[in-house]
Amino acid sequence: MTEPLKRMAREPAKTLAKRLRCHVVTMTHRARSSHVGTALSIVDMLAMLYGGVLRVDPREPEWPDRDRFLLSKGHGAAAAYAALAEAGFFPVSDLDGVDASIGSLGHGLAIACGMALAGQRDGRPSRVYVMLSDGECDEGSTWEAALFAPHHHLDNLVAMVDYNKIQSLGRVEDILDLEPLAEKWKSFGWGVREIDGHRIPAIAAALGSVPFEPTRPSCIIAHTVKGKGVSFMEDNLLWHYRPPDDTELEKALAELEAAE
Amino acid sequence: MRSAFIRTLLELAETNDRIFLVVGDVGFSVVEPFAERFPKRFLNVGVAEQNMTGVAAGLALCGKVVFTYSIANFPTLRCVEQIRNDVCYHNANVKIVSVGCGLAYGALGVTHHATEDLAIIRVLPNTTVVAPGDPVEAAAATRAVAERPGPCYLRLGRSGEPLVHGPRVEFRIGRAITVRDGDDLCLIATGTMLATAVRVAEQLEREGVRSRVLSMHTVKPLDTEAVLQAARETSAIVTLEEHSIVGGLGSAVAEVLAETNEARGRFKRLGLPPAFTARVGGHEYLKAAYGLSVEGVVGSIEPLLERAKSAR
Repeated sequence: MTEPLKRMAREPAKTLAKRLRCHVVTMTHRARSSHVGTALSIVDMLAMLYGGVLRVDPREPEWPDRDRFLLSKGHGAAAAYAALAEAGFFPVSDLDGVDASIGSLGHGLAIACGMALAGQRDGRPSRVYVMLSDGECDEGSTWEAALFAPHHHLDNLVAMVDYNKIQSLGRVEDILDLEPLAEKWKSFGWGVREIDGHRIPAIAAALGSVPFEPTRPSCIIAHTVKGKGVSFMEDNLLWHYRPPDDTELEKALAELEAAE
Repeated sequence: MRSAFIRTLLELAETNDRIFLVVGDVGFSVVEPFAERFPKRFLNVGVAEQNMTGVAAGLALCGKVVFTYSIANFPTLRCVEQIRNDVCYHNANVKIVSVGCGLAYGALGVTHHATEDLAIIRVLPNTTVVAPGDPVEAAAATRAVAERPGPCYLRLGRSGEPLVHGPRVEFRIGRAITVRDGDDLCLIATGTMLATAVRVAEQLEREGVRSRVLSMHTVKPLDTEAVLQAARETSAIVTLEEHSIVGGLGSAVAEVLAETNEARGRFKRLGLPPAFTARVGGHEYLKAAYGLSVEGVVGSIEPLLERAKSAR
């Protein structure tokens, strides 16, 4: 079942990522919404997922054997909606209507565990991918689920931690340090790989080799930069909150267009 | 009630292979038959109710009918945001079952007294809230919530509740059961207070007061027609619940009465005060301490009847 992906697989993930970035800054500008930075840090991984990894079919969105993707860091929703639109689930023009980020942190991994368990017990081939933020690794419920998945051998589950090192009020290391993060996931029983979350070949290689260890769930710790791709947004807490104004939008789009 | 629940769930699971039972490391000597008969549809998530509820939502979104099971406040208050966002917002087919509600775990103290759960689950969108009044209703309610799509909360007593009904009872979600008829007074009881309501009615009958007893096993959606009918036909309505008088059955009935012109009589909520108890003791002791024994309820009702009589 790779046929539905052909349309997008023809396009390199890098080009798709660039378009997603343009959508994200345009959407947050139009909707005057926050979290542009957090959406930009996951774009390359979403481009890879929706550009070829996820076995999904926009013509049959409820296909039971499909892979699942959950954006647990719901505040990155602008990027996910853009990816869904580019994947053909709804028209790109409908992105005009997307004006809010959603989600309470620490929920996604548990739901993903339930979906992965359903797939495992029903003997389905589907995988479940869930994108977590670094900030939501503060939530106890994330670690309840992190304990659960290896115990139940959910090797069809892939958790991707968008480790952009900035959370709501500052740097992760200053607010509630997660280090050593990879060791934590390893010690919980996950197969862990650390990657540069903006290097398409690295993302492709990691997603192409799950499960990293047989019978274990996989955790990709993606080192990313908040606001990636727009120079004045990169690694800057301000863009957790501010939407770009008209001039900033123009500048951001010009930068993104000019990028390789 | 818990054995009526598990017996019924076992029967249902024989013919419905979508049924899952997910427990939060409780249910010793209750859930084992299910775990043995259906190991692929049983799951003990450990002491982790937030994860239990999230996992249940994930399973339900993949087509399962998922019963989460724990005691007192653990499957409800401990994970209320997971219930709201993961279950209710997705209208997921999750049935939350709590055993030992109200003061049933009396001596274990306030942490184990589930006395606000009806209010909290009732206020969440998409929920159905059912508190069966005896083991017969508990079995029927288990069947009913399994068949009803969407989030349901099944609030059970612990064990040894007296039978109120014969073996067959017509149980429909959202329809009160008239256990006794009468038009002097209407006692509307939910959950474990049903047996008390019946005994109160029997005692009042000896004093010449004819009481209607409604088993309001479904707190949401409330049988408003039964409430309005009681308001038209009887002189006083009294609600009975092993729950705070804020937000539960009493509040739900009060909301209906406050918005109608048809109420002609008196109204009183009997339940627990919205306060933490400073008392320590077993179930029956605590119920009596809060006026929820038969004598206590009769004592609260008598002045109401006097007033209703003099008003006429």
